[in-house]
Order: sequence, then structure tokens, then C-alpha cells
Amino acid sequence: MVTEQKKEKIIKAFLYLTTSISIIALLSIVIYIVINGAYMITPEFLTTAPYKFEMGGIFPQIIGTLLLVGVCMCFAGPMGVLAAIYLTEYAPNNIITKTLRFFVESLAGIPSIIIGLFGLAFLVYYMHFRISLLSGGLALGFMILPWTVRASEEAIRAVPFSYREASLALGASKWQTIKNVSVQAAFPGIITGLLLGLGKAIGETAVVLLTAGSGLESFLPRSVFEPVASLPVYLYMIATQGHTSEAYTRAYGAALVLLMIFLTINIFASIVRNHYVKKHKVRFG
Amino acid sequence: MRRQIREKLIERGLFGAASTSIIIVLLIVLFMVLEGCSAINFNFLFGYEWNPSHEKFGIVTIVISTFYIGLGALAISICIGIPSAIFLSEYAHETIRNIIKSSVEMLVGIPSIVLGFFGLIVLIPLIRENIGGRGESILAGWIILSIMTLPHIISLSEDAMRAVPNSFREGSVALGATKWQTVIKLILPNAKSGVLASIILGMSSAIGETMAVLMVIGNPNIPWIPNSILDQVRVMTSTIVIEISYAVWGSPHQQSLFAIGVVLFIFVAIMTSIARIVVKGEIRRKW
Repeated sequence: MVTEQKKEKIIKAFLYLTTSISIIALLSIVIYIVINGAYMITPEFLTTAPYKFEMGGIFPQIIGTLLLVGVCMCFAGPMGVLAAIYLTEYAPNNIITKTLRFFVESLAGIPSIIIGLFGLAFLVYYMHFRISLLSGGLALGFMILPWTVRASEEAIRAVPFSYREASLALGASKWQTIKNVSVQAAFPGIITGLLLGLGKAIGETAVVLLTAGSGLESFLPRSVFEPVASLPVYLYMIATQGHTSEAYTRAYGAALVLLMIFLTINIFASIVRNHYVKKHKVRFG
Repeated sequence: MRRQIREKLIERGLFGAASTSIIIVLLIVLFMVLEGCSAINFNFLFGYEWNPSHEKFGIVTIVISTFYIGLGALAISICIGIPSAIFLSEYAHETIRNIIKSSVEMLVGIPSIVLGFFGLIVLIPLIRENIGGRGESILAGWIILSIMTLPHIISLSEDAMRAVPNSFREGSVALGATKWQTVIKLILPNAKSGVLASIILGMSSAIGETMAVLMVIGNPNIPWIPNSILDQVRVMTSTIVIEISYAVWGSPHQQSLFAIGVVLFIFVAIMTSIARIVVKGEIRRKW
């Protein structure tokens, strides 16, 4: 007969095993990409444009990705923060607010490929923005808007109510209180939320592939209405359609650069958050 | 007086910003339906043959493959993810937990294209040489997708288990129960809805996922109903991405691709609403 102690030991071993499997699976991917991509990270690779499909570097791709998330943040950042201010400070507890929340949640649940299709039909064809930086950036913005709303909402909600009361007691109007007290105090939290949204937008491929360009452009866009190259799409193209060793080494390099940008943003976000949590002794997110 | 007017205007403006999400969601539904509805008919929903060059647009094979891939991946990530969450929440030392939890959370949004690339370059040759077939297979899709959904499931269900108050654990241990008995009889039943919601959300993200799956499942031109896990398949998302680039705008082909988008949208909407109802039950029940 198996005693309870023995059973406990076996179960513990099993739990150790599954946890190690999941950690190893996740880390091995990161480590594999780092090891194989590391030697591609040369100044030449990072600062030249690609040519003949699989030669050259990824300079326009890196800049293109940054431009895309820049446009995306110009839309989703302010919109998200303003919507969050409304939802936390003004929204009455009624059917309209519930509807607002419902739609924010619904937008968060829509698969990225559908946002991409919508971007193609609405931005590219209907609004005549063509395949461009603007279409891609806006479509990415639609995708991460719910995340920026939610994150800013949590951050503003975490500001203690006494702050607001003090400001109102001094005779400040509601908007002055929000502008100078709530948002100020929630600022690091809002930044964290926006950074996490940025990390999500950086790695998104399907949306950008459908709305912003083929990824192999060797030039930088001169206006927002021109196609733009991006790292994820470049990686997709070169990994699936290039079958030479040059293509694969470049794919490793691009994957590593993408991963590094993603991890940097995430680490930076968690540093800001930890700092904030320690300073204000509040919990959020 | 002017101050009041300004305050009122600001409130209206903020309300406008908050309604952007509504406008976007409604526009998405409108455009998807406008572009896709003309392609939705009996042959589309119940046809077995997808062959754009012969104007055959039946999605049964694609839908079956999608669920085959999604459910399999989900099963793997449940079998590994839930025990990992139990370990992190109930067994692990605080420092270990913090390290693992924060690294798992960092990987929640890992660019799916990187995972797909890893699958393409490592997993596919491995499967081809050791198990057989062409390497690009349902099996590869399962593994990559389950790696992708793991962080979601671990992180969300761990949160749900941690939310069970400590007094429950103390009470159970005081009655002489072992740790595992506590987990099975107390923690899991109480965290049930959170865990369930994490699973449903994992499922909907697995079904809506595009790039990671696309790169490892082969995407044959004419899909068939898979009869082995080494078969190549084509799922809804990969069909859209691959074919939208050469479908002529306004043709039945393009409309059918949007119609696939509509079907996908409906599946995902159903799953997220189930998850929402489940979570709501959780919140209402207060300890």
C-alpha cells in the first residue's frame, strides 16, 4: 500500500518535472536563438540595407519596426490614457459604462489576423491609405488599444483616494485634480502599461504583413503613406522563402534582434513597475 | 461659469476617447460582414473541398484541422501548465516562485514569429528524422502552440490559486490533510473558475494564433481531413494569411477569405464570452 507520505513525494516529483519542462521549453528557445544569432550581430548587419532578397543587413527593418510602433503608440497611447481617465474618474455606474467596458474587452479578444483583415479592407482599400506605414501603425494601434486602456485604468485606480480628496479640498476642479494629481501619481504605472503594449505590438506579424509591406523593402519610407519594412515580416519572409545558408543566418540575426528589443522593453517595464510599487506601496497589475 | 463649461467639455471629450473602442469593434464587424457575407452559403459552410483555382470554397476540412490543432495543443499545455501552476502556487519556495513567475510572465507576449521560426528550424528537422513524415505536421503545430499558450495558462491559473485565502490551507492542514489532499480537495475546487477561464482563453488564443502555427504545419494547397498526427494541415488563420496576398480584390476567393475571418471571429467570440461568464461567477462569490 502506498502511504500518504510516499504519494506526496511522488506528486512533488511530478510537479517538479512538469515545471522544469515548461521552464526549459521556454528558456531553450530564447537561448537557442541567442546562441545562433549572436555572431550575426555586427555593425554591418545592423546598419546596411538588404539586397538580392537574402544579402545585406536589416537596418530599414529595425527602423521600420520602430516607426510602426511609433505611429501605433501615437494613436493607442493618448486614446488609451484618455479612455482610462474617463472610465476611472467620470464614468457613472450605468449601462453606457458597462457597454464601454464590454467593447474594450471584446476588442482585446479579437484575433490579430482579423484586425489585419479589417486594416486591409478599411484602412488600405476603403480609406485609400494604401499599404503603408500609416495603415500598419493604425492597425497595430487598434490591436493594442484595449491593453493600454486596461493598464492605464489599473494604474489610475491604484492612486489612493485621499490624494484626490486633498486636491479637491484645496479648491481644484475635477479636471485639475485629474491632470495634476491622479495622472501624475499614476504616471509610472501608465508608462509600464504602454511599454507592455509596445512589446506586444513589436512582435506582431500578421497585422503588419497585411497592412504595412512585404518586409524586404531596402529603403526607409519618406512619408507615412509609403510601405515600410519591419523585422517580424522580414523574419517571416526570409525564413519561409529563403532556403540558403545566407537566408538562415540572417533569419537568426533578425530573430535575435527582435527578441532583444522585446525583452529590453519588458525588463524596462518591470523595473519601472517595481520602482513604482516600492515607492507608493500600492499593488496593481 | 466658464470653468464649469470647460469641465463639461472635457468630460465629453474623454467620453469620445473612451468610445473609440466601440467604434473600432463596430467597424470591424461591419467590414468583415460586408466583405465576407456574400461568400457564406451552404457550400462554404459544409463543403469539404477548398481549391481556389477551381472556385471551390468549402471550409469543413480547414475548421476540423483548426480544432484538431487547437485542442491538441491545449491538452498538452493543460497537462504541463496546471501542474506547474500548482507547484508555483503551493509547493515552490517564495524566491523560486518569484523568479519563475516573472520569467514566465515576461514570455507571455513573446513574438509568435520567433516561436514559429524556432519550430521551423529545430522542431521540423527533429520530427522528420526521428518520427517520420515531412516534419511539417500537426505534431509540430501542437508543440509550438502549446509552448505559446503555456505562459498564459501558468500565469492565470497560478493567480487564481493564490487568490484562495491562506486560512483555507491552514484549516485543511490543521485537520491532518497532506499538502496534495489540500490541493485536490480545497485549492482546485475554489480556484476552479479562474483555472477554467485560463484554459478557455488559452484555447481562443490558440485558435486565433497565426504566425507560429503557419510556419510549422505545412499548409498543403488542397487541404484534407487529417488522419495522422504527421499529416500536413491548413488552419483558418494560415489560409487567410497565405492566400490574401494573391487573391484578387473583389473576387469570390477574397470574399471567402473574409468569410473564414467571420467564422473565426464567431468561434473566438463564443469562447471569450464563455470565459467571461465563468470569471464573473468567480468575482461574484466573495470570501
